[in-house]
Amino acid sequence: MINKRFIKQLVSSFLDLAPIIVVVLIFQVLVIGKSIADVDRLLLGLFFVVLGLCLFIQGLELSLLPLGEAMAYDFAKKGNLFWLLAFAFCLGFSAAIAEPALVSIADKAAINASIKHVIEPTEIASARHALGLRLTVAISVGLAILIGVLRIIKGWPVYYPIFCAYFGIALITPFAPQYIIGIAYDSGGIATSTITVPIVTALGVGLASAIKGRNPITDGFGLVVFASLMPIIFVMLYGIAYA
Amino acid sequence: MLEWFMHIMLKLQDVCINILPIALVIIGFQCLVIRKALVYPKKIFVGFIFVLVGIVFFLEGLELALFPLGSLMAFQLTTPEFLGVTAKLPIIIWQDYYWVYLFAASLGFATALAEPTLLAIAIKVEHTSGGVIRAWGFRISVAIGVAIGLALGTFRIVTGIDLYIFIFLGYIIVIIQTLFAPKLIIALAYDSGTITTSMVTVPLVTSLGMGLAEAVPGRTPLIDGFGLIAFASLYPIITVLAYAQIAHWLGKRSHLSNT
Repeated sequence: MINKRFIKQLVSSFLDLAPIIVVVLIFQVLVIGKSIADVDRLLLGLFFVVLGLCLFIQGLELSLLPLGEAMAYDFAKKGNLFWLLAFAFCLGFSAAIAEPALVSIADKAAINASIKHVIEPTEIASARHALGLRLTVAISVGLAILIGVLRIIKGWPVYYPIFCAYFGIALITPFAPQYIIGIAYDSGGIATSTITVPIVTALGVGLASAIKGRNPITDGFGLVVFASLMPIIFVMLYGIAYA
Repeated sequence: MLEWFMHIMLKLQDVCINILPIALVIIGFQCLVIRKALVYPKKIFVGFIFVLVGIVFFLEGLELALFPLGSLMAFQLTTPEFLGVTAKLPIIIWQDYYWVYLFAASLGFATALAEPTLLAIAIKVEHTSGGVIRAWGFRISVAIGVAIGLALGTFRIVTGIDLYIFIFLGYIIVIIQTLFAPKLIIALAYDSGTITTSMVTVPLVTSLGMGLAEAVPGRTPLIDGFGLIAFASLYPIITVLAYAQIAHWLGKRSHLSNT
């Protein structure tokens, strides 16, 4: 039973990579017309990615996702506002901390910044910068989920908080140091990925189905995008504070 | 071998620390606030082990394959001999880099179209819109949006134009579209872009951008390298809202001609 599921998951993880491999191969053969150096290293790496994704997703489906989804429904039904909001914040915060892509890209950004002497060029300073970035992103994702949940309860239209975030971003960008703007704009999209999206969507849709007069489609979605906008504002503020 | 083992163990330790908060939140709230016992503690424990090991392998693969692949493609598509120029000129001509834009667009289109989360949502959309918005149309419009976003994003890196100009322009278009769009689709359109940027595409696209900023004369990875993910999650909103608007009008027209 488990074996069958495992193989199925392995195939579907490979299919996740397939479009990338196809596009790269087409360009490599038809446009560049040269062989890739270090192919065996790349192939080993791709195999690790497929295996890692497969285990990761399988593990999520066994543990975090069903639990998180069930809890989202439970909280939505229970209707204790304080605990619901506390749960929303903690969930957003911890999911963003766990996101693997954010870990590696925050490291990359910090190393970049230390090479260019924006921060002190030591390993400790760059590790601290990377952690600072991730904590900032996690706090803002938590806040975004909290506000998003409040929006669903109050029945505000989905675009109110999003337009506010747009204006906030436009307002702060001119004051942010130039090196932080790029990573700030990207951080939200990086943080809302494999762990965050399914749990947060379940929370939104579950909440919207549990409250009378809310539509799961028109009210339940929109949490993820807000969670990807808030970090832009906060990371820029982090950059301003750091300078 | 021993060195490698130590390296993996250190990584495992980091991953444990990163996963700890979400495990505490979920189990803590479940036991203390909802006050239900965990239903299958053994299954959940096994799941957590899978998650830990999976992330360690994934991160290894990221370093070995996805990061190098992105910068390798950026490098190969920007060498002077590939571009057909004699040497790296101090002044760059953005038209020379058309293969880069095309590569970024193809990558965006293909990965978005194959994204499983998007497929599930597309089916839901078709169902709730009563068939006015087709699942295929929805997916293709997201894919086109990601493709446009990444092509524009690489164009920006090559030319060094400020990131926020393109992003603010996108925001203004989204705000105007939202005012006219069918209410049903708005929230989904907003989420569609962010959903498509998955764990696999994010590192690849990021390293593509960084590699490009390193390879193009006059650009630096620190200032120009990031931003592609922001493009890839903003521009699908525009194309999906546009598609929904058109589908809405067509639906109305055929409805009128039928009656």
